[in-house]
Amino acid sequence: MTFMQSFTELVHQRQQRESAKRIRPVETEFSKLDVRNLNFFYGEKQALFDVSMTVAERAVTAFIGPSGCGKSTFLRAINRMNDIIEGAHHNGTVLLEGQEIYAPDVDVVALRKRVGMVFQKSTPFPKSIFDNVAYGPKVAGQRNHKGLAEIVEQSLKRAALWDEVKDRLQDSALALSGGQQQRLCIARALATNPDVLLMDEPASALDPASTSRVEDLIFELKQNYTIVIVTHNMQQAARISDWTAFFYQGYLIEKDHTQKLFTTPKKKQTEDYITGRFG
Amino acid sequence: MSVPTKLQEPHLARRHRIGKAFEWVCCGSTWFGVVVLGVLLLSVGWKALTWPPAKAKPANNSTATVDAQSTSAPLSTKFFSSYDSRKPREAGILAAIWGSLWLIVLVALFSVPIGVGSAVYLEEYSNEGRLKRLIQVNLSNLAGVPSIVYALLGMTAFVKMFGFFTKDEGKSLVINLLFTTVDVPLPFDRTLISGALTLTLLVLPTVIVASQEALRAVPSSIRTASYALGATQWQTIRYQVVPAAMPGIMTGVILALSRAMGEAAPLMLIGALTYVAYTPGDITSVSDIFKNPHGLLDAPFDKFTALPLQIYQWINHPRAEYAHLAAAGIMVLLTILLLMNTFAIVIRHKFQKSTRW
Amino acid sequence: MSLANVASPLTPPKAGLRLQKQFSWVRAREACVRAMLLGCASLSLLTTLAIVYMFLTEAVYSVTPDTTAFFQDVSLWDFLTDTEWSPQFADKHFGILPLLCGTFVIAGIGSLIGLPIGLAAAIYLSEYAKPKFRRMMKPVLEVLAGIPSVVYGYFALVFVTPYVLRPMFQSLLRIDVDIFNAMSAGVVLGVMIIPTVCSLSEDALRAVPRGLREAGYALGSTKYDVSLKVVVPAAFSGIVASFLLAISRAIGETMAVCIAAGQMPRLSLNPFRSMETMTAYMVGASLGDTPAGTIEYKSLYAVGFTLFVITLGMNILANWVMNRFREVYE
Repeated sequence: MTFMQSFTELVHQRQQRESAKRIRPVETEFSKLDVRNLNFFYGEKQALFDVSMTVAERAVTAFIGPSGCGKSTFLRAINRMNDIIEGAHHNGTVLLEGQEIYAPDVDVVALRKRVGMVFQKSTPFPKSIFDNVAYGPKVAGQRNHKGLAEIVEQSLKRAALWDEVKDRLQDSALALSGGQQQRLCIARALATNPDVLLMDEPASALDPASTSRVEDLIFELKQNYTIVIVTHNMQQAARISDWTAFFYQGYLIEKDHTQKLFTTPKKKQTEDYITGRFG
Repeated sequence: MSVPTKLQEPHLARRHRIGKAFEWVCCGSTWFGVVVLGVLLLSVGWKALTWPPAKAKPANNSTATVDAQSTSAPLSTKFFSSYDSRKPREAGILAAIWGSLWLIVLVALFSVPIGVGSAVYLEEYSNEGRLKRLIQVNLSNLAGVPSIVYALLGMTAFVKMFGFFTKDEGKSLVINLLFTTVDVPLPFDRTLISGALTLTLLVLPTVIVASQEALRAVPSSIRTASYALGATQWQTIRYQVVPAAMPGIMTGVILALSRAMGEAAPLMLIGALTYVAYTPGDITSVSDIFKNPHGLLDAPFDKFTALPLQIYQWINHPRAEYAHLAAAGIMVLLTILLLMNTFAIVIRHKFQKSTRW
Repeated sequence: MSLANVASPLTPPKAGLRLQKQFSWVRAREACVRAMLLGCASLSLLTTLAIVYMFLTEAVYSVTPDTTAFFQDVSLWDFLTDTEWSPQFADKHFGILPLLCGTFVIAGIGSLIGLPIGLAAAIYLSEYAKPKFRRMMKPVLEVLAGIPSVVYGYFALVFVTPYVLRPMFQSLLRIDVDIFNAMSAGVVLGVMIIPTVCSLSEDALRAVPRGLREAGYALGSTKYDVSLKVVVPAAFSGIVASFLLAISRAIGETMAVCIAAGQMPRLSLNPFRSMETMTAYMVGASLGDTPAGTIEYKSLYAVGFTLFVITLGMNILANWVMNRFREVYE
């Protein structure tokens, strides 16, 4: 079948790129996150049903599924972003390196410093480029300007944005193009030095050229970070992820190595979705 | 990254303490207004219900003590039924209440048609052109003009009419209605009509902007539906759009009128601050209207006083008793304003609940 | 519908059905109504023109030959630099500086009190408060905004000065506090502008998109960080505009300052003495029943004109700030 072949091809290309860049294959990994029997509710409405999953360290895990399937909710449960929403509650456990993140003694601010997040719509603060990237370290108490400048430079370099903006760090971040803004948001998330990076459809609002730059970036970043990405786009999942999880109507249907999931899905629903029969 | 993740960082405690302190400061600020409002009401209310302690005066005070015992408090039924007086214990707000009532009615009569008419023109007729932009900018600037400037305008344009009629003092224009005549003094001089027109200019920008917002909230589907039935533009506005926007317009109008009711500065410059011991048109009760219907036509051209003016006059009076009279007047004024505000809020609330476009 | 009908050619037009424009009373009424509404709308322009005409003819240059305007009698230089304001004395001086000083000292005290409290309340209502508390608080603030200026003046005179300022400053710090003083006027002015600042700033804060707040939280911010370092900067232009409008309102405020601060033109910065603002002078001068045509009467217009220019300038600045620096969020 052609669609299977095309996915296989995509995955194959990725593996070639990986070996070219000497990125180690993803076989002997630890799990960074361990989620067990998570049910999530917005008020009366249940958004997640008994989801259990592990997320591998220093790898890209992609969540796919039709809109409203709970993949974003799951992502936001990992750094407790849903705490802000009135009436949101849950049961089950979410372990980050073995620690329950919903335990009463956990400081949600400390958690979010470890688990960064990038949103679908780029959300630069209406400040200068420098101040955007320096925001996280600054609120965490970093006052030393030299130290901040170093962090800003490093983060922008890691986000592959440094060369484009190094001469205009004091310009407003709103003056950047859409793709640059999104990479700025990634740099900003990296500046707090997180272990885990959550990305909620980071490329869906971007043009193809910017998308491919962001994808390259994610590819680079997985050497140091555990990345979880929600995407609409199955090709994108195939291009960049090592693991793929398929959500449907609040249930985790299937999670497997990306290649396996796209070529030999175990569940009927997964197959229907990736072959385009619905969603 | 083999450094173990720590989710309980002790140095975060300081940040949380700062955050908590900030929240308390903000919460306190929110309550500040309420506390001031409470203190204001209590202090004024207390003054309104007591007379100042009688000073130990030398003899011949037999009448004064009798007087002090005869009236229980500044705020009593007598307060509503007597005119201002040189004897504080006999003074009341009869003239002021009727003056304020007339002002409000006249301001409403002038400002509602003009205000709603302007809003209808701006929202329904004018296309986004230069004229509309000009009027809109002009409105937002007029809304920021201090009331004392309107007062100056009222004094110049209505009381003195730019000096056009100064040559022949005391001239009046006699308008012949079918069965009776009305004497209109020219210039208007210090009459109710001058005050009402000045306050109208003052509240018009508010009324127009509020009406515009109400009209804008009416969905265009109503207009389209009406046009589709063959209605003309004016019929659509007259029978569909304006009725649908009515609750919003009413809310805005009542709030604007309550602002006009409390304004003293414009009336002061118009020169309404005089000792007035009669009501406009000599009407002191509803039955007076039937006895002397012509009084309704004369009233707008009578000299007048109004509640805030009467209060100011009493505040400025050196005798201590008058401060308590002022407090009583303030309680009456605040009660009326509170009722008007509540009415406006109730209308808005009902409207928000019952209508879902 | 019968088949015959379908097959038949177009029905001939009914007599009288014409789509062309023609005169009718309905159309005439439409045009008439439109003209009347335009008349209503242009009344606001007329008001502005009347204000401008009034100031020009009474303060700047008289159009009638036998009268003079204020600035034809008193030079603009004297008006702006003379340090004495005494129109009612034999030795008349028309220096606006004491009045400007009174106005800005009182408005300054009001701003120092009203702006921070108003902004903090706005932050609380927009970021911290539960929706129920917000719904309860908004009408209270509206009531606070609806209290007439005369009442605030009375409050300053019979409560703030004797029960707050005098115990604090006169008894404790041994600073003499006049019964009429700029401080009490400033304090009530501060209370008066809280609702303006609060509701306009809150609108600006709430217009900041949620995504920005979430981005802040995702970077490890506390609620305090998000409120003060993300939301407030993002709403900065709206907040500045609300400040400017509130200050402009404080400058134009009349009755409260007139009652509380008294009517003693004084070029001084001591807030515990009586001071006269521009607005208070205008009220005071009108009380004396100044006859038209005299220089005191014309000075009303000169002071009014100054006040008008200042408040108009601040309002225009506020609108400019709002439009120029508005961050565009789709």
